[in-house]
Amino acid sequence: METISIRAPSVASSGTRIRRSVRTRLPAAFALLPTALVVLVVYIGCMLWTVRLSFTSSTLLPKLDWVGLAQYTRLFANDRFLTSASNIVIFGTLFISGCLIIGFLLAVFIDQNVRGEGLFRTVFLYPYSMSFVVTGVAWQWFLNPGLGLQKLVRDMGFESFTFDWLVNQRMAIYTIVIAGLWHGAGLTMAILLAGLRGIDSDLWKAARVDGIPTWRVYTSVVLPLLRPMVITATVLLATGVVKLYDLVVAMTLGGPGIATEVPAKFVMDHLFERNNIALGTAAATIMLITVVSILAPWIYVRYIRPQGRHA
Amino acid sequence: MNAVVPQGRRPRHLTAGRIGIYAFLATAALFFLLPLWIMVVTSLKPMEEIRMGNILALPAAMTFEAWTKAWSSACTGLECNGISVGFWNSVRILVPSVILSIIVGAINGYALSFWRVRGANVMFGVLLLGAFIPYQVFLYPLVRIFSLTGIYNSLTCIVLVHVIFGLPTMTLLFRNYYAGLPIELFKAARIDGGGFWSIFLRVILPMSTPILVVATILQVTGIWNDFIFGLTFAGRQNLPMTVQLNNIVNSTQGERAYNVDMAATMLAALVPLVVYFVSGRWFVRGIAAGAVKG
Repeated sequence: METISIRAPSVASSGTRIRRSVRTRLPAAFALLPTALVVLVVYIGCMLWTVRLSFTSSTLLPKLDWVGLAQYTRLFANDRFLTSASNIVIFGTLFISGCLIIGFLLAVFIDQNVRGEGLFRTVFLYPYSMSFVVTGVAWQWFLNPGLGLQKLVRDMGFESFTFDWLVNQRMAIYTIVIAGLWHGAGLTMAILLAGLRGIDSDLWKAARVDGIPTWRVYTSVVLPLLRPMVITATVLLATGVVKLYDLVVAMTLGGPGIATEVPAKFVMDHLFERNNIALGTAAATIMLITVVSILAPWIYVRYIRPQGRHA
Repeated sequence: MNAVVPQGRRPRHLTAGRIGIYAFLATAALFFLLPLWIMVVTSLKPMEEIRMGNILALPAAMTFEAWTKAWSSACTGLECNGISVGFWNSVRILVPSVILSIIVGAINGYALSFWRVRGANVMFGVLLLGAFIPYQVFLYPLVRIFSLTGIYNSLTCIVLVHVIFGLPTMTLLFRNYYAGLPIELFKAARIDGGGFWSIFLRVILPMSTPILVVATILQVTGIWNDFIFGLTFAGRQNLPMTVQLNNIVNSTQGERAYNVDMAATMLAALVPLVVYFVSGRWFVRGIAAGAVKG
């Protein structure tokens, strides 16, 4: 634990100094109290409560009995949950890698001293300002086979053109990926572009003197330099993946059938509609374990170990 | 604002490569603009034209009828008062949530970066970890707590929820900003006998304008775009615009009025779009600041 110390110089003797410093720091402690309470009650308390509920047989109302891992056994035999889990892996992989690739390409192309740079940036990033519900509704309309893209291409003369992914069990999840990419690629572009602008211009002179082709410089020199930005973007995108819910609800409602179910929606449905609290909290606990096991080492190294100020 | 120093290769005259660059950027821009274009033109067409015509085409007989209908008479489930109900609900949720969460975030950030409080760093660590944990982990117990205290399904409830889940980002944002201010400033104020609150109000807060702007942009778009909290905590009387939009679009009985759907969608997107276009580069700063400088 930290020792008590105060930064302001004090002329008082050490005994009174400690007492005084405690007294002057009292308001600071009070100011942090509400947040500390929220952390205890919500972030820790509610989390533990959810985990506890997953070991019960609660249905409509919470019970505090103990059924061991029974809910987890049921969960991993549940088609809907297994589909949700595999969907989130598909979405997560394609969404994160897609955003990084598209974002990187956009950033590199924008960085070529192009005219209308501001305009391009604005256009690429604006979807990110809109909600997932708006995104979902817009893409649902555009990809609707009856009146949307498919009809458009057919009317142009390609009678046999088919693009029915939105209503196709096997392909529907990829329409969610497309909408997600539209929403998030610009953010990645903005973060990586900021990184590109931070790179020393001498590097480019050196590369030119050595006659290294531009694409080589980007892949072998610039990309490694952008590592922190790539990590930041990945973390931001990954938190978006875990939260994936509104987009699915607005675009496909988990359908057709259960083709686009995702874990967050599985939990919400079981908690608030299907009256199966225990199964819902078990799924939430699985989400929690997955996220914590991925993020705990990262948080520790980045935030908790380097304590205090770092300007 | 930082000056933009374009890097990469010097511009040359129009070569094949330059044309390729512009072709790539223009194609990408088309992809990003397409849905917005479709939303706008669809919302301005009558239904027959939507059924018969080209989804990309400009409306032949432009009409704002769908917009009026979306605003004031579209059905969200059983009621047919349009999305304006949701708009005003969102405003009533937005204003107190944004103000409160920023105040709490600023005070937390100040206390964390200038004052040593025992256990504060541990608290901050847990809070940050909490930022990454899926909301589904907290929702059910939180609903129970709010039901027990009797404020579940009210405006107070949804505002509190936004403040609670805004804590990690807001605290981080202000803590990082204040950590960048010179400590000498704080020391001088302490020597002058300033206490916790007087230093905050007289010294720190007047220097916080940039971060206040960033925090406001972040919270306004974030809270306006929220769906899951509004759905879970706001109650039938206070459902925000996103939830109402989803109800209009996805629970219509009979034939869907796509023009009304798209008009409603545009209306729901309007506030964040205006914030985005007005704030320009500050918007990016906002998103990045929460994560980049941790």
